Amino acid sequence: MTTSLTAPAAPARQQLPRAHTRARTRRSTAGRRERRTGLAMASPALILLLLFLVIPVLLAFGLSFTNARLISPNPPRFVGLDNFVRAFTADPVFLRSTLNTFVFAAVVVPVQAALGLALAVLVNQKVRGVTAFRVIFFVPVVTSIVVVSILWKFMYQSDGLINSFIDTVTFGAWQGTAWLNNPSTALGAIIVLSIWQAVGFHMLIWLSGLQTIPEELYEAARMDGASPWQQFTNVTWPGLRSTMVFVLVTITIAALGLFVQVDVMTQGGPVNSTTTLVYHAVRKGYREQETGYGATISLIFFVIVLVIALVQRYLTRDED
Amino acid sequence: MTVVIQSEQHLRRHRRVWSYVTMAALAVFFLFPLVFMFVSSLKPDAQILTDVTSLRAFLPVGDIGLDNYAGVFDRVPVGRFLFNSVLVTVLIVGLGLIVNSMCGFALSRLEWRGRGLVLALVIATLIVPFETIAVPMVYWVSKLPTLVWEGGLLKYDFGWLNSYHVQIVPFIANAFSIFLFTQYFSTIPKSLDEAARIDGAGWFTIYRKIIVPLAGPAFATVAILTFLPAWNQYLWPLMVVQQEELRPVMVGMQYFFQLNTAWGEVMAYTSLITLPVLVVFLSFQRAFVSSVAASGVKG
Repeated sequence: MTTSLTAPAAPARQQLPRAHTRARTRRSTAGRRERRTGLAMASPALILLLLFLVIPVLLAFGLSFTNARLISPNPPRFVGLDNFVRAFTADPVFLRSTLNTFVFAAVVVPVQAALGLALAVLVNQKVRGVTAFRVIFFVPVVTSIVVVSILWKFMYQSDGLINSFIDTVTFGAWQGTAWLNNPSTALGAIIVLSIWQAVGFHMLIWLSGLQTIPEELYEAARMDGASPWQQFTNVTWPGLRSTMVFVLVTITIAALGLFVQVDVMTQGGPVNSTTTLVYHAVRKGYREQETGYGATISLIFFVIVLVIALVQRYLTRDED
Repeated sequence: MTVVIQSEQHLRRHRRVWSYVTMAALAVFFLFPLVFMFVSSLKPDAQILTDVTSLRAFLPVGDIGLDNYAGVFDRVPVGRFLFNSVLVTVLIVGLGLIVNSMCGFALSRLEWRGRGLVLALVIATLIVPFETIAVPMVYWVSKLPTLVWEGGLLKYDFGWLNSYHVQIVPFIANAFSIFLFTQYFSTIPKSLDEAARIDGAGWFTIYRKIIVPLAGPAFATVAILTFLPAWNQYLWPLMVVQQEELRPVMVGMQYFFQLNTAWGEVMAYTSLITLPVLVVFLSFQRAFVSSVAASGVKG
């Protein structure tokens, strides 16, 4: 990436010795102006990124070793590793949040990636009206997750739409529960609506990957008598490698950051069955104003995201 | 021979029918909650709950009207919430297009020391999820200096909480937008710049008169990709805006929802803020689809 960007400048520099001296001085003032303009035009964005991305990241590191509070007359005091010790030994809700976050991601990542790919294959067919289906499958993505959460909370009620549907299709043989009030079903209920909302996005990413695979490869495979499944495993799948890395990394990061659905639908309950790392960080660091401890949880969350993203990159790296 | 061809055609038709059936079933799956929402927003509460047991849940039948919508406007300043969200979204997207495209221009077309390093750092920040920095950032913005208008005097104060700028400024610069602009701009031939330089054009003129007009698709993509998260902001305004008059629609709705279990009105509120986005999406669906596709091209 970086090399491809700097490369085109080289020929211009090589021409320099051939130009006569007057031109060279003009060029070097022009060069100086170019450097200055470059920095000036980049700086508004860079300063904003520094203020609202780099500094907050550093603060997450710094504050996690303090007892800082959001509103407090006393300045933050250095407390060493106390916050980390507290998280892992004295805060069962933190451990439960970590577990829930992992369970959520472990289900959502493979299921959403696979469903997204299945949808993409389906809407990649050259049949009439297929664009309309692409648009329909994408509609939940443009619907706010807050709206989606409220809507599904209504549908998940014990006398709600989901249970009346179950009642109808099983002729009353199977009774649904109040999905979000039951500790054993609440997280599963959130998983279903999360996939419903986001899968259309990854369908489109997969689709753009599918469309880079040349049609001739499929024709050749068909000539060799390959079945649709063989075409998929031998032509489609190998062609989707870089798309797969992108899809897995983006779903993983989004899934680990689960917050809105929990905040709107369950507030972490019942009995902490849906609390997540980000939800717990906000609860401690903002609602209970323990900024220091909230920063610690945020930092642990960040390290987990970083490690998983790097491991995924490594496992799906190009062999060559 | 003919038998083989016939059976192949038959098979192909068979397959096509099945894929239509599958797609139609999926379309129902993706649309039923939204149809239910719009239809319920027109019904009185009692009827919503009785209709749930039959297909009437998805049909605008019975006692239909806009009473729920009137109820929402009576109860909360939803017009104000909509105004706040539109203002915040327009400024984030608009200022973001300017600031990030200038940065992308500097990173892709100008020679300056540290450029490669800056680009690498910008790309590295893409790994930081906003959720990581949200809590420390509340602490940070609560300490930032600000100017306040108080009793006819401009006063210097600390703390950005409860303002419009706290909802806008942190989201203007966007590493992913910078990356997309940098990538798109570097596909435009450099000879254009050289020619303009010989004609005496300055770098800013080149940016404004040559690059921006040629990069329409990049601007559209960035606008679309920054529009949705800006409109849907929730976690951040939840923490930094307590004053009701400054609330955006999403947070306003959560408060409304907590105070209120009249489902008809809740559905009216959710319909009200979903419809504008759906209209924008359906009118620009082609651009939306290609923007999302573009976001995945380079992992």
